[in-house]
Amino acid sequence: MGRYIARKLVVLPIVMIGVSFIIFFVVRAIPGDPARLMAGTEATQEQVMAMRRQLGLDRSILFQYGVFLQGAVRGDLGNSINSGMPVVGEISRRIPYTLQLTFAALLVASVLGISAGVLAAVYKHSWVDQGVMLFAIIGASAANFWVALMAMSVFSVQLGWLPLFGADTWRHMVLPTFSLCVYPLALIARMSRSSMLEVVKQDYVRTAQAKGVSKFVVYTKHALRNALIPVITLVGLHFGVLLGGAVVTETVFSWPGVGRLLVDAVRYRDYPIIQGTVLFTVLSVVLVNFLVDIVLAAMNPRMRFD
Amino acid sequence: MKRADRGFRKPTMPLALRRRNVLIGGALISALLLISALAPLLAPVDPLEQNLRHAFQSPSRDYPFGTDQYGRCILSRVIHGARISLVEVSVAVGMAMGIGVPLGLTAGYFGGRIDQLIMWTLDIIFAFPGMLLAILIVSVLGPSLFNMLIAIAIFSIPVYGRLCRNLTLNIKQMEYVEAALAIGAKSYYIIFRHILRNAVAPLLVQATLTAGGVILTAASLSFLGLGVRPPTPEWGAMISTGRSYITIAPHLSLFPGLAILFTVLGFNLLGDGLRDLLDPRLRGS
Repeated sequence: MGRYIARKLVVLPIVMIGVSFIIFFVVRAIPGDPARLMAGTEATQEQVMAMRRQLGLDRSILFQYGVFLQGAVRGDLGNSINSGMPVVGEISRRIPYTLQLTFAALLVASVLGISAGVLAAVYKHSWVDQGVMLFAIIGASAANFWVALMAMSVFSVQLGWLPLFGADTWRHMVLPTFSLCVYPLALIARMSRSSMLEVVKQDYVRTAQAKGVSKFVVYTKHALRNALIPVITLVGLHFGVLLGGAVVTETVFSWPGVGRLLVDAVRYRDYPIIQGTVLFTVLSVVLVNFLVDIVLAAMNPRMRFD
Repeated sequence: MKRADRGFRKPTMPLALRRRNVLIGGALISALLLISALAPLLAPVDPLEQNLRHAFQSPSRDYPFGTDQYGRCILSRVIHGARISLVEVSVAVGMAMGIGVPLGLTAGYFGGRIDQLIMWTLDIIFAFPGMLLAILIVSVLGPSLFNMLIAIAIFSIPVYGRLCRNLTLNIKQMEYVEAALAIGAKSYYIIFRHILRNAVAPLLVQATLTAGGVILTAASLSFLGLGVRPPTPEWGAMISTGRSYITIAPHLSLFPGLAILFTVLGFNLLGDGLRDLLDPRLRGS
């Protein structure tokens, strides 16, 4: 196991450098001169040139990347063009909100999705199974911002049970979490069902049943542990999808997270913020996938030797 | 009476039509195609025609889906939106396949360093959450329908690249490929004549399955103001407009959202059904 983790740890910085390289160059391709943007519309040519020197934009692009990487390692991603504040400060103020929302959605989707999927597999072809599958196929087809708006219309506007916008109390979290978790919930339920149905066909499950082990123990102890392997992979992969989806959900509910910061930055061409938020998000996804690999390897020893 | 007791019975319908998913999905997508083709005939009025005196009307006999803030007929806009959705799917999926499939074929057929290089590139693209990569690309290219589709195509390339590489690796081991090699067939002949031909069916299934995702991402980008801009009747953009009036006129968002739901549902069901059909293990179930 130690060797497996070590091997993965070697690849991790390579992927991170590759990702930062792409983000740096793509952001540099954004039209418009950042020096002019930062100096302001009324700045003279000399002031713009001075700003270019200050930002290091007069040096070669590779040199600039080196400076960027050095800064990133030290936790310095430059300053926002809009507010003039350090990018790291802007992002770290928003991170708790985005993580709160993403983890809540992932938790609800995993707990409900796995339970619904297992129930559907245990009661195959019953109304429970059909209900779960119907929800799964519809849930995977609805746009999450539309679900959010419809939920707002019913629960906030018509019934008045939950607040429309903001992020002050737990009640503000209910609708964003719900709308963000519908899609992964649908996929997790479906995957858990099919994975469980595949596992219960295995010999060791039949052996356990033949030994007279109760149905509950067979499903929870013997089958579920193996059936969860593809489900955990899916949950891990969905962390990234959720962070992407959070961009839209945060916009709908005016949730002060990293996603909304990114959308605003794109509108105002605040390229240090775009760079920082994308870098933060992609690196979190890479890190979570790394952790998922470790958990999977711990659950399934065969994976360590792939 | 159980199925086996009835003895052998000649199938009365083609296999594809006997699967519920293919049937429902196919019907929904056929409806989308039909609505797109006949949009000018089906839409009661011009989707851009404003009538401020009729603004914010709830669904009624005159306006079955109601009207928006400019008094435009939402039904007409939803009908015309079907055309834009079809363009989105065909262009984005077409571009992603056009680049991903040749990359996958090359990686799988030639192997070695080329394979490694292509797969590394695809893996790095794959590390980005699709939505985020699309936002990043649109911020470089500027918000428009075509730029949004380029962004969606770029993050979909790895899906086709990886699938096509795996298919190529499998097909390459078939005896008919070995036979072709033995009689001295050229690489391009084997790739196009044997490998690509046999990979077409699973690739098309994948295309159907990704089509739903394309529509959802395109709608999300337009919702954020990074894709199609108003007044074009794109479903995501229409929902975005409806957001401002959600407290007084939820129907502005309701109907375009339902249109997205049924279209994506159609593609998902059709893709699922076709995939099951191609998998011999599932055919009897």
